[in-house]
Amino acid sequence: MSNTRRLMCLAAATSALAIAATACGAPEEEGEGRGEVPDAAQDCANYEQFGSFEGETVSIFGSIRDTEADEMVEAWSYFEECTGVTIEYEGSGEFEADMKVRVDGGNAPSIALFPQPGLMANYADSLVPASDEVSALATEGWSEDWLNYGTIDGTLYAPPNSANAKSFIWYSPSFFSENGYEVPTTWDDLIAVSDQIAADGVMPWCAGFESGGATGWPGTDWIEDIVLREGTDLYDQWANHEIPFNDPQIVAAIEKAGSVVTNEDYIYNGVDTISSTPFQEAGYPILDGNCAMYRMASFYGAMWPADTNVAEDGDVFAFQFPEQNEGDNTMLVGGEFVAAFSDSEATEATRQFLASELYHNARLQTGPWSTAHQGVDPNNATTPINVLATQILTDPSVTVRFDASDIMPGEVGASSFWTGVIQWVDGSKDAQEIADDIENSWPQ
Amino acid sequence: MDISALTARFGLLAVGLAAFAVVMLALYGIAELASRRNRSRLVASVFLFPALLFLGVGLVYPAVRTFVMSFFNGDGTQFIAFDNYAWVFSDDDALQTLVNTALWIVIVPALSTALGLVYAVLIDGRRGERVYKALVFLPMGISFVGASIIWKFVYQYKASGDQLGLLNQLLVWVGLDPVNWLNNFPTNNFLLMVVLVWIEVGFATVVLSAALKGVPTEIIEAARIDGASPAQIFWNVTVPSIRSAIVVVAVTVFIATLKLFDIVRAMTGGHHGTDVLAHNMWDQAFRLGNDGRGATMAVLLFALVIPVVIYQVRNIRRQELEAR
Amino acid sequence: MSVKTDSGPEAAPRPSLAESRGDRLRRMFSSRIASAVAVLIAALWTIPTAGLFISSLRPEDDIRTTGWWNVFSEPNFTLDTYNYVLYSTSAGGGLIRNLVNTVVITIPGVIIPVVFAAMAAYALSWIDFKGRNTLYIAIFALQVVPIQMALIPLLSFFSKGLAIGDFTIVPAWQLDGVNTIVQVWIAHSIFGLPLAIFLLHNFMRELPGDVMEAARIDGASHSQIFRKVVLPLVTPALASIGIFQFLWVWNDFLVGRTFGGGEATRPLTAVLGDMAGTWGFGWTRLPAAAFIAIIVPLLVFLLLQRYFVRGLLAGSVKG
Repeated sequence: MSNTRRLMCLAAATSALAIAATACGAPEEEGEGRGEVPDAAQDCANYEQFGSFEGETVSIFGSIRDTEADEMVEAWSYFEECTGVTIEYEGSGEFEADMKVRVDGGNAPSIALFPQPGLMANYADSLVPASDEVSALATEGWSEDWLNYGTIDGTLYAPPNSANAKSFIWYSPSFFSENGYEVPTTWDDLIAVSDQIAADGVMPWCAGFESGGATGWPGTDWIEDIVLREGTDLYDQWANHEIPFNDPQIVAAIEKAGSVVTNEDYIYNGVDTISSTPFQEAGYPILDGNCAMYRMASFYGAMWPADTNVAEDGDVFAFQFPEQNEGDNTMLVGGEFVAAFSDSEATEATRQFLASELYHNARLQTGPWSTAHQGVDPNNATTPINVLATQILTDPSVTVRFDASDIMPGEVGASSFWTGVIQWVDGSKDAQEIADDIENSWPQ
Repeated sequence: MDISALTARFGLLAVGLAAFAVVMLALYGIAELASRRNRSRLVASVFLFPALLFLGVGLVYPAVRTFVMSFFNGDGTQFIAFDNYAWVFSDDDALQTLVNTALWIVIVPALSTALGLVYAVLIDGRRGERVYKALVFLPMGISFVGASIIWKFVYQYKASGDQLGLLNQLLVWVGLDPVNWLNNFPTNNFLLMVVLVWIEVGFATVVLSAALKGVPTEIIEAARIDGASPAQIFWNVTVPSIRSAIVVVAVTVFIATLKLFDIVRAMTGGHHGTDVLAHNMWDQAFRLGNDGRGATMAVLLFALVIPVVIYQVRNIRRQELEAR
Repeated sequence: MSVKTDSGPEAAPRPSLAESRGDRLRRMFSSRIASAVAVLIAALWTIPTAGLFISSLRPEDDIRTTGWWNVFSEPNFTLDTYNYVLYSTSAGGGLIRNLVNTVVITIPGVIIPVVFAAMAAYALSWIDFKGRNTLYIAIFALQVVPIQMALIPLLSFFSKGLAIGDFTIVPAWQLDGVNTIVQVWIAHSIFGLPLAIFLLHNFMRELPGDVMEAARIDGASHSQIFRKVVLPLVTPALASIGIFQFLWVWNDFLVGRTFGGGEATRPLTAVLGDMAGTWGFGWTRLPAAAFIAIIVPLLVFLLLQRYFVRGLLAGSVKG
């Protein structure tokens, strides 16, 4: 027990928190899939290129919290040590609102990690465009699809930070192999295997859209996955509102998603429980053999109960969402974009570092994470699902599209789209009605 | 966190308090000089200066700014006159917000005051009165965020398996199906109100219980000897004597209800038809980035308090008259 | 209907305090019901908090899978969660630092507005000047300006200063790190003033006028009257408003996170909502964290309840 901790215990006890004093051991840190900064990234020689900024501070603001934040901070700890920059990271559960207050109040962070490109575009006037160095690093590191989302009106502002592969369907490999089911690669196969599983007396699908104040977003991902596979052009037009939200093709896509999501023969526990089943736990019935598949992004790998073996030969794993059209290879993605509000040299150096292969490779190894940075070796990821996700995300032959609800304006993507999806699975409105409602909510 | 972090914070605290003491001494000195010359206007300005400075910068200016913003569009670049107000009274969701707010500001103050009064009467003079009072009073010390977490463990719902929420467990015990309370419109509105009532009843109880003790026992005794029933005594003697305390409680709870934001934010995020003015204002202005609509909601919020302000003005007039 | 009209033949006035047997039974019965209702309300009001406290002592897996009432059939307790949320160096813990922040924020956040409000309330109730009542009403009305709408202008005042055109009236404050707590003090003071002035004004108006008059005839100045006569008389009110403001500052969610300088200065309540992690998976830590956040105000509240009530009543009952 260090002196500091003893002092803290004392402080706690005197501040009327006697209960705390009874428990002043070192808390055990959870270590599932947790790794370390690779040796190469621990060597200060590799950081000389960024310069030296003793005593300077860069503030970074993002929505990443808790363990993920720890792992991210660890990944840049050697950058801080070697360049002298102090990075003050702050993660907020109210990112959108805090961001707005700070930027309008003249107190913007040096760097913000925007999870929504649409939101980032609102601040274009306050942002500092990427320097030539950052642009060069970005072009080297990411495919054009990715950089497009960090570009506003033809100017690159922000290269990506993490990348999530969202078009994933979780399943139990042993359940599939024991019963002779094949992992489907086309939509028709997916429906066929669902029917087969249902005929064998197991509910083929689990679904859960509950997520507190953001309830409904897992449902928007479902619809996005379908639209994306109808065609990337259609998807882009839809996301950018070049066609109305209630375009017949979109309504058809919602109905197609409904052939699984609102199908009483498919959904474990019944369609009426979807909107109230927390997405964090909705996939658990797969472990008990109560349902066979659950559509959820790669980050779901970290949410299984502690003793679950998440691997291709383990208890659960995921396969890529099947394609509609032959030869397509698409992936719905999420992630954050590293945008800067400050043009200080320390900030610039930090931006270069965060766009570098050095950082992405280090972060890949400090904990469960995936990235679309071309320079990393996917096999360095700490868990099998992140190896798979990073493989797909860094594969140039895969067409990626960003989560449309994060591109649409907040009134739609973070409000009426969620509401519509809930009404739709609750059965109070059909696909056409919610599409009309959402179209009407689009800001003029 | 290490020792330097502690000293930095407590050092700042010490410096801050010292600076404040210096400011106060200076103000006192000026006031003393002004008083000696017997210029009450000057004295008044010295006494009022700090408060008015703070209020001007921190509340008056923002209030004016908000009012102006309500006539502009989402990013404040275009004057749109009353379009935002038209939106409030035509958009379905906005109307739902208004209806909900109306329900909140009627039900919560009424229920809190009534329950507080009943409880205060029930425990008046009972053995262990202080303990009774303390138990109901406790929630008042809990933050809205804390209260939301507490009540999540009451309302939580699981489609299958063991329930985590007490309310659903009770349903299961009596053989019914669990209900997804917070998603269930319109019941969810009332369940959110319960949380605020839970917080405010303690306040009502304590104030009203103390007021009850101020009712002269002779009057009650006289009424009883005259043969009045307990109910008659309550309505005709007790309630009129503590009328002003009841009004204060109701008004205080009314204002708290109108400003309520955290409970809705933390429990439903305003979804499933549970939005209220103060939360929608925040949602529009900060999360959805529509300054104009957010400001409009704020102006409506302010408008709803005008009746209370008028009441207060009349009160002061009356006092002035009595004082004369 | 007044009390005295009700004296028909059935309800003949009782000659003495002696009750008939039936009356006594009825009274005992209604007293039983009254007891039952009182106990019921007290229980209903306590159970949710008790549930949180019990949850906070349960192991993570238990919290996730079963309701807190299961501890009565299979007791299983741990202090691990408290240990984690208080002392863990991870971003999901370390509340001890936020606790220190809250304390540092709260003390001036209570003292400053109460002192300023006392001065203002004195001027509004005992110094004669034109427009006094209008000013008072205006301040009363300010109670309802939603603080959310004041966040951006006030923050911009701190971070950009105040200028008309090129003419700088107040320069930017240029605070950073821990020092931004100064902004939090000022913001809390501003937002607490209207209510404090309102309550203190109500209280001071009721002070006996002849005492003031006597002091004035003795040649005391306003500042002397304020210090030697008024302040001692309104101490209970100051205490109660202080407690009010203490609760408000301690429990605040928005002000601390807006005006503070990031992670290092966040108060306890502001981090509560973020405790659960990026995907809300760490919600099992919330009961312990919430309990840490509410225990101090609860204790303060219970210990000082008497002052709180006394001051509040004196100030409000006559309003």
